[in-house]
Amino acid sequence: MAFTDEQLERYSRHIILKEVGVKGQKKLMAGKVLIIGAGGLGAPAAMYLAAAGVGTIGIADADVVDLSNLQRQVIHTTDDLGKPKVQSAAETMKAINPDVNVVTYEDFIAANNIADIIKDYDFVLDGTDNFPAKFLINDACVQAGIPFCHAGIIRFRGQLMTWVPGEGPCYRCVFKEPPPKDAVPTCKQAGVIGAMAGVIGCLQAMEAVKFLTGAGELLTGKLLTYDALTNTIRTVNIPEDPDCAVCSDHPTITELIDYEQAACDGLSKDDVAEAAAE
Amino acid sequence: MTITVAGNKKEYEEGLTVAELIKVEDVENPLYVTVTINDDFIKSDTFETTVLQEGDAVEFLYFMGGGC
Ligand SMILES: [Zn+2]
Repeated sequence: MAFTDEQLERYSRHIILKEVGVKGQKKLMAGKVLIIGAGGLGAPAAMYLAAAGVGTIGIADADVVDLSNLQRQVIHTTDDLGKPKVQSAAETMKAINPDVNVVTYEDFIAANNIADIIKDYDFVLDGTDNFPAKFLINDACVQAGIPFCHAGIIRFRGQLMTWVPGEGPCYRCVFKEPPPKDAVPTCKQAGVIGAMAGVIGCLQAMEAVKFLTGAGELLTGKLLTYDALTNTIRTVNIPEDPDCAVCSDHPTITELIDYEQAACDGLSKDDVAEAAAE
Repeated sequence: MTITVAGNKKEYEEGLTVAELIKVEDVENPLYVTVTINDDFIKSDTFETTVLQEGDAVEFLYFMGGGC
């Protein structure tokens, strides 16, 4: 597959990188990445991966664009209010780069559909906003042997890690099982700086780029944490749990689980009005 | 004794347990924190009995569920 003149120009800043080059760009263009959640994390990740020329980008989300999304979900605009998020996201990606094949899944992922959705992809990004989904993505990817990048954000903090078969711990090695509903606040309840979604979503896109091109080191066996208030970025070693319920050689979880959907319905409009009045 | 907590070296009293350190450091959501010492997981049912040693490196890993 030879590049067209237009592609050579579009991807010239990649191609001159010794870690990418023509070979790496071709790997990106042959790559298939699934982004679960077209929200704060998924928005920048989808835009940068589309711009990078990733061949196929899948995007899964069942929501429509809401006014409260626009403070951070930069893939959607005011004109997109009320539109399915996957449609709005696909339109933006296609506008950035018409070469990209975008596949939309206007659905919430669940135990009965996730295996089917992830199976065609090389790499999965977790851009979801709740623990049941995060555990489901971990378990489904580990069981199917599909590499993925987990991330979470709240307030002024964010973190991410990458799992690749045989190369370090999975999310469940570190975090065992979802906390009880409302025990740990969601970003809807606690708030989040829009730019935090940008920082961590871009780091997830970077993991996908490194995975597809083979450049550098992935965040396997490591949790990268970012605290914006103290300007602290740390990479913490995380060990494998030899008794992990999913990724160990004697797993106790062999079927996918739909945990109770912990509330991403946190604050009512009245709560926000009350906070605004203080 | 000197312990490194989340990358920062600090002085603590001898005999400090993981459960006590969680209190001293005012760890957020203490019931749902994952702890490593020297890159090994410490099971939460041993926080009360695990005594920290000079030179230990402790990390607190937090649930972060946001993304939307
Ligand atoms: Zn595991």
